[in-house]
Amino acid sequence: MVKIHERKFVSADPEKCVGCGICEYICSWTKEKGFNPLKSRIRVVRVNQLANMAVTCRRCEDPPCVAACPRDALTQSEETGTILLDMDKCNGCGWCIEACDYGAIMLHPETKVVHVCDLCKDEGEPQCIKWCPEEALTLVTSDVLAQKARISAVKKLFQQAKKK
Amino acid sequence: MGSKNLKAIAVRGTHDIKPAKPDQFIEMVQEFHERMKGPATQKYRTLGTTENILVHNQLHCMPTRNYNNAHFEDAEKVSGELLNEKYVAKIIGCNSCAMRCEHETVIPEGPYKGTMTRIEYETLWALGPYCGINRLDTIIKGMELCNYYGIDAISAGVIVAFTMDCYENNILTKKDLDGIEANFGNPEALIQLLEKIGKREGIGDTLANGVRTAAQKIGKGAEKLAQHIKGLEVTGYDLRCLKTAALGFAVSFRGADHNRHGAYAFDVKGKVNRLKAEKGRGKMVSDMEDTYALIDSLIICKFSRGTYYKGLEDMAKLYNLVTGIDITAEELKKSGERVNTVARLINIREGLGRKDDTLPWKVMNVPIPDEGPVKGAVVTQKELA
Repeated sequence: MVKIHERKFVSADPEKCVGCGICEYICSWTKEKGFNPLKSRIRVVRVNQLANMAVTCRRCEDPPCVAACPRDALTQSEETGTILLDMDKCNGCGWCIEACDYGAIMLHPETKVVHVCDLCKDEGEPQCIKWCPEEALTLVTSDVLAQKARISAVKKLFQQAKKK
Repeated sequence: MGSKNLKAIAVRGTHDIKPAKPDQFIEMVQEFHERMKGPATQKYRTLGTTENILVHNQLHCMPTRNYNNAHFEDAEKVSGELLNEKYVAKIIGCNSCAMRCEHETVIPEGPYKGTMTRIEYETLWALGPYCGINRLDTIIKGMELCNYYGIDAISAGVIVAFTMDCYENNILTKKDLDGIEANFGNPEALIQLLEKIGKREGIGDTLANGVRTAAQKIGKGAEKLAQHIKGLEVTGYDLRCLKTAALGFAVSFRGADHNRHGAYAFDVKGKVNRLKAEKGRGKMVSDMEDTYALIDSLIICKFSRGTYYKGLEDMAKLYNLVTGIDITAEELKKSGERVNTVARLINIREGLGRKDDTLPWKVMNVPIPDEGPVKGAVVTQKELA
């Protein structure tokens, strides 16, 4: 089982994300061979002009979506932490959607079963990261995220000190 | 839409879009993403279109106080440079575009603290210099009000400036304006008039119909102060000293619209003598018109037009990759021409003709008064014919 410290997921830097939605287009293109944000596994949220952020699966420890599924259609890959779906078992009931705090698991508009980010395992690397023009998306672990936050916090402190 | 009490229509597609030649299409998109980070879009990604304030002011081609001047003495106070320094909080991107051009402003302090809006040259100009207003925070607040009420900020600014002109010429009195002292440069008057237009309150009910209709209703010579072409309010290019643009705007089927006609570029960039109307400008204008019609039909953003290094040829290639239909640049240009012809036919059906291919009264009757490079410039009927 992959340890929680090593589990990677796609994270958006809200400072950099401008809400253009290119990640949505390239995701649906990669997965479905059609441009359709409704079929994307990553979704952009624009709260207002200044608050933009792309959201996708965080590959949680003890994922609530898996726990919530009454038909055992969802499992978590021991190797990578990816949420795996048994299409034959899923009936689109939506318990997992309700359980996910991030809205990262969604009902597919046509297949009527859920879909979720798998880090583009067939392509070798997440295409959203490759295409993001702002380099706002990165593949991170929780440790890397914490380190990034520390660095920007310290930088900010020093900038403020300099100003004074 | 107004007559149906309709504010907006939001549409969202649900089907896939599949290009005819996907692999080549993706390759070309990748190429365009690179170009969009390059020199062709630099202006839009950095200062943005508000850069024009100081550029146009220096050229004395920035209509000021409802065309009473072509140069604004306080331009430095409303410049794009200052806007970016003090108010731009983030530059964001439109859907699926790799270029970032939307300058989002926030007012950090003062009476309008927390006001948030996008701003561009035209809207900044209309609510600012064109009304003689030199306060950026008021302009930003005015812009937000226009967004809130769902009205075009360019037209709104021109209407407010028209009202101010009427007020200063005693065509409209303080009583007509419910107590508003609508002198040029009065920031409170701008906000109050915008509110009145948005709510159709008092004089706002007349003004909300645009300067042409409002001037007809007000009478007393107000028509001469109504700066519009075919009923559409003017934009931030003083047509008296931009003669290629003057021709382009006069014949445009949509009236005074900088998005319908890019002929000002020849004048502003100095590719032609902007004070001269001469043979050959007609061809430049009509070519530009066709290209603009085409850009709109392809739904290409005009800010990105520079990334089509080969112009129509690049557009033809992209069109082919998406639709699978083979088309040459020449055929594409013909399509642009057809769009313009059909639009003109619609105008004719609605009763518009050659008599409407003209310019606002002031452009043809009030020479630029400001000392400087273009003093005395005006467009004559002979130049237009």
